[in-house]
Amino acid sequence: MTATTLQPASAARSSPMDRARALARLRVSDAGFRLFALGAAVLVLVILLGVVISLFIGALPAFREFGVDFLFSDSWSPPKEKFGAATAIYGTLVTSLIAMLIAVPVGLGIAVFLTELCWLPLRRPIGVAIELLAGIPSIIYGIWGVYYFRPVMQAYIQPFLINTLGNLPIIGHLFAGPPLGYGILTAGLVLALMILPFITAVSRDVFDTVPPVLKEAAYGVGATTFEVVGNIVIPYTRVGVIGGVMLALGRALGETMAVTFVVGNATKIQASILAQGTTISAMIANQFADADPGLFTSSLLALGFILFVITFLVLAAARFMLSRLELKA
Amino acid sequence: MFFKSIIAAAAMIGAITVACAADISGAGATFPFPIYAKWADSYKKDTGNGLNYQSIGSGAGIKQIRAKTVTFGATDAPLEAKDLDKDGLAQWPMVMGGIVMVVNIPGVKPGELVLDGPTVAQIYMGKITKWNDPAIKKLNPSLNLPDLAIANIHRADGSGTTFNFTYYLSAVSPEWESSIGKATTVEWPSGIGAKGNDGVANNVATTPGAIGYVEFAYAEQNKLTFTSMVNKAGKTVAPTMDAFQAAAANANWSVPGFYQILADQPGDESWPMTAATFILMYKKPANVAASNDALEFFKWAYEKGDKMAQDLDYIPMPDNVKKLVEAMWDKDIQQK
Repeated sequence: MTATTLQPASAARSSPMDRARALARLRVSDAGFRLFALGAAVLVLVILLGVVISLFIGALPAFREFGVDFLFSDSWSPPKEKFGAATAIYGTLVTSLIAMLIAVPVGLGIAVFLTELCWLPLRRPIGVAIELLAGIPSIIYGIWGVYYFRPVMQAYIQPFLINTLGNLPIIGHLFAGPPLGYGILTAGLVLALMILPFITAVSRDVFDTVPPVLKEAAYGVGATTFEVVGNIVIPYTRVGVIGGVMLALGRALGETMAVTFVVGNATKIQASILAQGTTISAMIANQFADADPGLFTSSLLALGFILFVITFLVLAAARFMLSRLELKA
Repeated sequence: MFFKSIIAAAAMIGAITVACAADISGAGATFPFPIYAKWADSYKKDTGNGLNYQSIGSGAGIKQIRAKTVTFGATDAPLEAKDLDKDGLAQWPMVMGGIVMVVNIPGVKPGELVLDGPTVAQIYMGKITKWNDPAIKKLNPSLNLPDLAIANIHRADGSGTTFNFTYYLSAVSPEWESSIGKATTVEWPSGIGAKGNDGVANNVATTPGAIGYVEFAYAEQNKLTFTSMVNKAGKTVAPTMDAFQAAAANANWSVPGFYQILADQPGDESWPMTAATFILMYKKPANVAASNDALEFFKWAYEKGDKMAQDLDYIPMPDNVKKLVEAMWDKDIQQK
């Protein structure tokens, strides 16, 4: 039988020296981690800055040649080397506006339905279906748009709009013109469908965060569903909702393939939203591959720079609105 | 049809990043793509050597050869001699073809509708907007044309087909020449832009009231309704091999860089929108072996490709022109 003696844990382990060493090691690894995190953050900023600067340098010859006129001129003529961004800017803003006008109310409606009204067993399947919609690549929307949606626009929706709204005073000219299927409105509608799942998915998630007690209290004092949504749910979640809407707007502004398929790629501004137009990203996608070096290429880069600025302004405006809202609350 | 342009675009990106060692690489015009694809297929069977041709448009083809990412570039808009000299490029015509107007009008059959250059210019300037316009009716007194809006479809990308088409419209319409001009991309006053010959063909096929311009092979393959045209001599001609050939017969190829545009040629039988398509290669290639492989292919195509070209309604180059081109290869292009 061997006597085993229980030894106290090595005295050395808890000696002050060893503690210091362990702490130093932790400090080093922590410093390393901090450096890594900092590096990751800086890397993104450097890349972002690099993109902005290289775009700007590329765009400089066009800005020098055309000045402020570049923003307001609607001429785009490679043979004459006269370029202006107005058509593309107009198309980008109007297609996105149409998309938002449709997708925001419908998207919020779906989110309200899912969180407040939907029969419980159906909530998950419908929610998953909407998230799947968000995952469909944009090229699929483009092909669907050009093969299935555009003929419907040409045969039914556009003739209907021309014969009804087109005859009204003042807004009539917005719905004038031959029904060709391709155009700003068609692109806006396809975009609306594309961004709908973003708005719905984000809104549904934030609507779920509203404490049930608030809603129950409102229902308890006799509020209707509409009043609960308008007075409790939306005010409580507006930051998240606006975030989702801005995410969707960002996607709409920059969307390329689906829009290129259906927008008609015409480099002229026309009064009617049924007419063909173009957007900044469609223009770049169509023409960059074969643009001659010089003013043509530079003007396309300038378009890219302008899209960057527009997107930045939209996000900045959203941030500003949010901070104002938070101040009031 | 759209899939093809998507694949072409994706392949273009691939071609830039991955240099293919074995295959001959080329990029450019969509106009001759059907015949290049057919030649490549039987060349592979004959010799085992492949050809990787990306039909990304003439403008892009010129850009790719300038960037030296491909062994040869292909364009329907020939470069002028001074531009060739600047970049040290050699240029020669490979094959000829016809550009045809295609329409989608209910009840109108291929070749039935007659158009002339000035009317086509008016349509593309947005001044004629209905198919029952008096100007079109005057050319087609016996046809019953509907009260249907015209959807004029053009190329949204830089295109040699557009160059030849606008070259023709500039030749027949002073108004077109002064306000729009001729180039691989122009400022279209109206209409719908589509990508590639196949994109235009597809848009015309699916849009009632549409009119577009495509290479004849695309019209045939997609079973589109092509029109007849009134030519420079004032005669109405249908797009046939004979009509293309008649226009080609007038060409004078003994010029630097074989710069020759076949639009609006004289002659009773001439099709007014005939065009040649060109190859661009470096006189002093960076990779001589790849350059020689490409020349082998072109030599083979000149010798054995005529029948295949005719099957697809392209016109082979005349023998004397082939001799001139082959002599130019030996003289100008470094092969060792």
